[in-house]
Amino acid sequence: MKLTGAQILMKVLKEEGVDAIFGFPGGATIDIHDKLEETDIRHYLVRHEQAAVHAADGYARVTGKVGVCLVTSGPGATNAVTGIATAYLDSIPLVIISGQVPTHLIGNDAFQEVDIVGITRPCTKHNYLVPSVQDLARIIKEAFHIARSGRPGPVLVDIPKNVQQAMTDFKPEQKVKLKSYHPTYKPNIKQLRKMVEMIKAAKRPLIFAGGGVILSNGSEQLTRLARSTKIPVTMSLMGLGAFPGSDPLSLGMLGMHGTYRANMSTGQCDLLIGIGVRFDDRVTGKTDAFASQAKIIHIDIDPASIRKNVPVSIPIVGDCKTSLEVLNRFLEEEDLELLTNNRGLWLDLIDRWKQDHKLAYTQEEEIKPQFVVEKLYELTKGKAIITTEVGQNQMWAAQYYHFDRPGHFVTSGGLGTMGFGLPAALGAQVAFPDALVVDVAGDGSIQMNIQEMATALQYQLPVKVVILNNCYLGMVRQWQELFYDKRYACTCMDHAPDFVKLAQAFGAVGLRATRPEEVEPVLKQGLDTPGPVIMDFRVSKEECVYPMVPAGAPITEMLLV
Amino acid sequence: MAEEKHILTMLVDNEPGVLSRIVGLFSGRGFNIESLCVAETIDPRASRITIVTKANETLVEQIEKQLRKLINVIKLRDLTGSKSVQREMALICVRAKPDNRDEILRMVDIFRCKIVDVGPEYYIIEATGTNEKMNALINLLKPIGIKKIAKTGTIALFREPN
Ligand SMILES: Cc1ncc(C[n+]2csc(CCOP(=O)(O)OP(=O)(O)O)c2C)c(N)n1
Ligand SMILES: [Mg+2]
Repeated sequence: MKLTGAQILMKVLKEEGVDAIFGFPGGATIDIHDKLEETDIRHYLVRHEQAAVHAADGYARVTGKVGVCLVTSGPGATNAVTGIATAYLDSIPLVIISGQVPTHLIGNDAFQEVDIVGITRPCTKHNYLVPSVQDLARIIKEAFHIARSGRPGPVLVDIPKNVQQAMTDFKPEQKVKLKSYHPTYKPNIKQLRKMVEMIKAAKRPLIFAGGGVILSNGSEQLTRLARSTKIPVTMSLMGLGAFPGSDPLSLGMLGMHGTYRANMSTGQCDLLIGIGVRFDDRVTGKTDAFASQAKIIHIDIDPASIRKNVPVSIPIVGDCKTSLEVLNRFLEEEDLELLTNNRGLWLDLIDRWKQDHKLAYTQEEEIKPQFVVEKLYELTKGKAIITTEVGQNQMWAAQYYHFDRPGHFVTSGGLGTMGFGLPAALGAQVAFPDALVVDVAGDGSIQMNIQEMATALQYQLPVKVVILNNCYLGMVRQWQELFYDKRYACTCMDHAPDFVKLAQAFGAVGLRATRPEEVEPVLKQGLDTPGPVIMDFRVSKEECVYPMVPAGAPITEMLLV
Repeated sequence: MAEEKHILTMLVDNEPGVLSRIVGLFSGRGFNIESLCVAETIDPRASRITIVTKANETLVEQIEKQLRKLINVIKLRDLTGSKSVQREMALICVRAKPDNRDEILRMVDIFRCKIVDVGPEYYIIEATGTNEKMNALINLLKPIGIKKIAKTGTIALFREPN
């Protein structure tokens, strides 16, 4: 069967189970967009290519499937770069298809030509320029395979216009064959046996779970491990939801804005079990002082994550879920009663830390941002899908919304990309049309991709935006307050638009709360309104996120409220 | 931890952009490259790259792991401490006047080099050898006057076990 490149692309996308694409057309994608219209794959026309990638990213994070976006050459492709880097740092499986100028013009500084393969080399798991139509099907197949397997990540495929138009005989590709790419899923059994012995010997063990647990679908196995061995669990920002946040064994988040008990317990534990984490600097603080009394076991599918930042006693390369399954089986052979016998002392100590320093804020005349998130948690019974922007809003969402299930907290952890939350919420809503999807936003971040309200309206994606409006780039202001003698250079945002009117201008509903007693009614009304809503909460301007560990300090040395 | 020299040899896909991925990984992550050699192998689909880097033990582990993550890196081996043959090559243009020609020829003989071009005022010497030998030769030729020099980095092969 003779088909054009664009038609072949559609065939392979269907084979890969793609049902939604987020994109924005241009000269170099007309052929693809044209053929896309003939399929039943839904195309969501965003208003900026960065948002296309974030939306695909949000879709991927809540479904576990590969997110797909489609952008044109030149500025379309460069606009996508921030989204690609965001997905790369959080290991999110995406396939980004970019149009490119025809092959004979490549290298000529042709109209809307950029070397997007060169530009995205360091922020993709892999990328391709499709040299000819004969290679197209194979490359697309490989792209999906690479994106979703091993440690997932974004893969970009750059398709020149003439390749989209050229005809070739199409025969469905067989299995993907890559000479040297074979991620290790199965853990080393000997290492796991050693791990069991270490768990048995430990007096003060601690589990530190990250995004890898969620990506590998291993939450159930993790929960089983923790409960059967009575080992408390702390999570990285990316790991929130991997273990039920409302479980008594949950210590909440670890790190710069982690809970007191989580951070303290890393200092006192004698065994730290890192699962699907990468021990980045926001989690470890000063690395020399991190978990200084503990032996560290590290399970991760990416060997390069292991021993990158902290020394490890037992490295285990493997899929988190598979490793936990095997481990749980081994533990079944053990006398768990004996094993958990004197866990009491350790859990009591942690509980004392909890009593001494709860996450707290003082209610005053003004609305406290933490109060808004708390109310949101209550009213949604912890069941909403929460996306966030970046800054204080993100940290308060992480601290005060307790996630009991994976795939419900969608946040840009590694790159910290302002403007992520709204488009990611759209992607999540596309995946789950009936779910309640809320973007917890800052007044600064929301302005970075506010244009996507138009997309929300066009496709009737009923996302709710909760702006914690402090009239500041609050997180930066917090650093200025604490470490720069309150010199608030360039962080005051008092020239913001009227978000209520702005919502209305887009055709959405806009609501505002300025006093604490208005918080609940506004949230209720907003959440009950069908269709997209922006809620503008005028919160206390100079509230800080606590606990806070100053950058580079030991993680146990926190500034407290 | 002490920094040591490591010779990394790898087979990679012989495709456009592959070298750039590898070099970009080194520059992007702040790894060091002392020398680098690339050429196609017998199989035209694969190239061999040899990189000499200086790093401590933890860092070289990280360098190797990051390289292995690249889809286009087929095989990688750290030859440091294992049995291998290592060579560099240089073309050295030295000032050759009647009064020092004998001395140059003696050195060429001792170091088993070759004169590959002769002019009224210069010789071009072709030399191969280990990094140490090359440095020794260059140091001895310096006082005579090196006009120009072109050097390769190290290439190396693992010695097959008998
Ligand atoms: C694209 C981008 N630019 C700059 C920053 C640096 N930055 C981190 S937090 C922050 C403040 C965000 O302000 P806002 O959205 O109002 O959130 P708040 O901290 O006030 O809750 C800034 C500027 C960033 N993370 N991303
Ligand atoms: Mg703000």
